[in-house]
Amino acid sequence: MEEYFRSYGTILALAVAGAGLVAVAILLARLVAPRRLLPEKLTTYECGIDPVGEGWSQSQIRYYIYAFLFVIFDVESVFLFPWAVVFERLGMYAVVSMTIFILILGSGLVYAWRKGVLRWA
Amino acid sequence: MSFVDQLFSNVWIVLLLKVVLVMGFFLVAPLGVGYAEHKILAHMQHRLGPMEAGRFHGWAQLIADGVKFIQKEDVIPRAADRWVFSLAPAVVLVPTILVIVVIPFGPDIWALNLDVGIFFVMAISAVSVIGVLMAGWASANKFSLIGAVRAAAQLIAYELPLILAAVSVAMIAGTLSLVGIVEAQRDYWFVLVQLPGLLIFVVASLAELVRTPFDMPIADSEIVFGAYTEYTGIKFAFFLLSEYGGIVVLSAIASVLYLGGYLAPPGLDFIPGPLWMAAKIGALSFVIIWLRATYPRLREDQLQRFSWIGLIPLALVNILVTAVVVVVV
Repeated sequence: MEEYFRSYGTILALAVAGAGLVAVAILLARLVAPRRLLPEKLTTYECGIDPVGEGWSQSQIRYYIYAFLFVIFDVESVFLFPWAVVFERLGMYAVVSMTIFILILGSGLVYAWRKGVLRWA
Repeated sequence: MSFVDQLFSNVWIVLLLKVVLVMGFFLVAPLGVGYAEHKILAHMQHRLGPMEAGRFHGWAQLIADGVKFIQKEDVIPRAADRWVFSLAPAVVLVPTILVIVVIPFGPDIWALNLDVGIFFVMAISAVSVIGVLMAGWASANKFSLIGAVRAAAQLIAYELPLILAAVSVAMIAGTLSLVGIVEAQRDYWFVLVQLPGLLIFVVASLAELVRTPFDMPIADSEIVFGAYTEYTGIKFAFFLLSEYGGIVVLSAIASVLYLGGYLAPPGLDFIPGPLWMAAKIGALSFVIIWLRATYPRLREDQLQRFSWIGLIPLALVNILVTAVVVVVV
């Protein structure tokens, strides 16, 4: 148990060190960099002309399909990792079960593909 | 007990040492790859590249760039969400550092030997997507937003082939620990039995790194510099640093999974393991840089199709074939 906390403690320490690196560098830049903020400098960049409308504009709705597909297969991969370590001991039974599982998920992908959501007009 | 032993029995000193070494690696290795990219691309295009800084073939160019970046004015656009805008570089950078922790450079040379090693790598490296989305959204700029959405769609699409290719390696090795995976390659390197896996992994890595031919999220002719358009000075530098850090990390992971990590090719055992690891990282980084000089950019929907109906089914078939072979043989 102590070993467990010690390993993840190392990770935590590095996360803090990494965040510290960014914070220190930004503060250092504050000290040495010039600071002359003019209104023109603070406008949103849009090819050098005055920005038109809001920056938070509407975007391609098609992207959400990919998010759906991703969630399906990402959950699959969570099941795959533990299976990958032990399946050799369980033999052909484990292989057949996983094949069925992958085929069921694969049929979802085939459906999305035949439905044409992966092809943009 | 000698002084050195006593020093290393102290948990805090060991922890500090690990943090210093990993951070040192993270700050130095990307500079090496960055300089290599300047020089290799230049020579591939019949130019010289940097020649002035540091006198000898411009070796100090990236250090000079770093010093320059820190002196540049840090502009946050008025329309931007200030906090999210400033946090984004850290969210992109920290996962890259964390992955370095588990990379083994020798049988005993690693900062951490997690028993869920490869799973940890995949889980942590996926976090940087959030940083890119934060950067794009917080900039309140149309180009940034489009770039961020493109990047997110691309990173999640290519995350899957990367994970699935890694799973088939874990199946042969019978372990998820990175040291365990390298040790399982004492007889033969996995590239010999997992060549499709290596190809899937490298292609997916290119897309994860947002490098040509998969650099539509930062396509300069369409959306300026994507999610990073509004960034200046040191914050911009951090995005570049994490890109080069990403090259090093993914090359290292690919060497561990397929090229035997720190193991020497037969008959060359007299050269120590860490050097082999460095050589393999260098070779894969060279290929990644080389591809940038070779291929043009794909179109956004071509990229998504290539992953969903090319790489992912291929990786799934690869898993099933590997499973059958491992059980039967």
